[in-house]
Amino acid sequence: MEQFLLSLAAGIFIGGVAGYLGTLMLSKKMALVAGPLGHLTLPGIALALIYGFDISLGAFPFVILGIILIWLLEIKTKLPMEALTAVVFASGVAIAFLFLPIEQAETALVGDITKVSLSEALVTTILCFLVFFIIKKIYSRMVLINISEDLAKIEKINVKKYNFFYLGAIAIIVALGVKMVGGLLTAALIAIPVCAARNLSKNLFQYVFLATSFGAISAFLGILLFKFTDFPAGPLIIIISASIFLMSMIFKKGT
Amino acid sequence: MSNSILKVKNLNVELGREKVIEDLSFEVKEGDVLTILGPNGAGKTVLLKTLSGVLPYRGEIEWQKEVKIGYVPQRLPFIKETPMSVEEFFELKGSSKKEIEKTLNSVGFKNNFLNKNVGKLSSGQFQRILIAWALIGNPDVLLFDEPTTGIDIGGEETIYALLAKLKEERNLTILLVTHDLSVVFKFSNSVICLNKCPICQGIPKEVLSSETLHKLYGEEVKFYEHHKH
Repeated sequence: MEQFLLSLAAGIFIGGVAGYLGTLMLSKKMALVAGPLGHLTLPGIALALIYGFDISLGAFPFVILGIILIWLLEIKTKLPMEALTAVVFASGVAIAFLFLPIEQAETALVGDITKVSLSEALVTTILCFLVFFIIKKIYSRMVLINISEDLAKIEKINVKKYNFFYLGAIAIIVALGVKMVGGLLTAALIAIPVCAARNLSKNLFQYVFLATSFGAISAFLGILLFKFTDFPAGPLIIIISASIFLMSMIFKKGT
Repeated sequence: MSNSILKVKNLNVELGREKVIEDLSFEVKEGDVLTILGPNGAGKTVLLKTLSGVLPYRGEIEWQKEVKIGYVPQRLPFIKETPMSVEEFFELKGSSKKEIEKTLNSVGFKNNFLNKNVGKLSSGQFQRILIAWALIGNPDVLLFDEPTTGIDIGGEETIYALLAKLKEERNLTILLVTHDLSVVFKFSNSVICLNKCPICQGIPKEVLSSETLHKLYGEEVKFYEHHKH
């Protein structure tokens, strides 16, 4: 029971903050970036599984590597973001499967939050709060930067500094996300609640509130369903999230 | 004589390896309305961005001390990707509700406009919102980049009437990019014809002739003499 509550708490925090962060990432197609980032963490997850340390810890250096790749791609070349997805996805998966023990492939690909320890849950909670406050602090400026870097610069906003904190928040959430839903599904964890929220929101406040709620609710219901069905929690979370999205489509039609 | 608010000397701007503006010099006095005229890709928007400090350049740009600049961009395509009310859009600039209401009123909107979804506005409404956004903080200078397309029919006339009204009320100096020759004659007291390098500069009715326009656009331009007032 205690184990269940721990995973529930960790899941709700990760899901909620991932949804919140997603509201910044959906514009300019940044949400897609969470995909390659998640895939790129697979070798790190594999290492963590082999040597028995925390999955997020294993994933983190690879997320940082991914973010540097994005940065290089954005700044140094004019290649489209899709190119990154293709290259990084393939490389991440390929390298991981060179040495990933096949019996642990499921954990790597779709995550497992249900065996989270007390210390892991604590660190996760602290990190989630940290990221939450970082996002809250940079939020309105980041929205302006997303709308127009020129306008942001005219308002004397240090775009590089804000992007640094923004990418840092993404790195932490992706690293935490892979523990919950695995390298394959992290992008969905970030993008789906936001897409559902956008369908239903008329303003920024609703958008943020709904995306955060949908993220947290999906994690809560997914882990709850795991308890009763024994299907893996990661996919259940994403399926709940996708169902919320489908319902949002129906309600959108009504408005 | 009114004071100079902006002096530009030997301005050169390169984007990547392409020279976009070459050797441009001009001066703007307080209260002037300067039009920047030129074909697509002539560097007009680049000039406005450079003047507002967004792009790197060589040469000199000297604004009057402590001048405040408001910038009205051509369009903001990414804004539709985030649901946002008009009020929230203004809050990004850190403005108080009172200031937002006052500024919205001055561009002709009622207070009930605050709750409208920015992404659902017509292009004409959105342009006025952008002007109001630029006016927050009481700038001395307004840099206005006219959109080439997508403004509601009949909207343009009112935009320039609005700019003229705002100029009087707020004692603005305005630098604007336009394609509309009639705007140049009716509204501005100074013009720069730009096609990467400056082609003509001065008072519109003195420097704008069929020949200069031909040189500027490189093809036959329908040119109607303005009506003498």
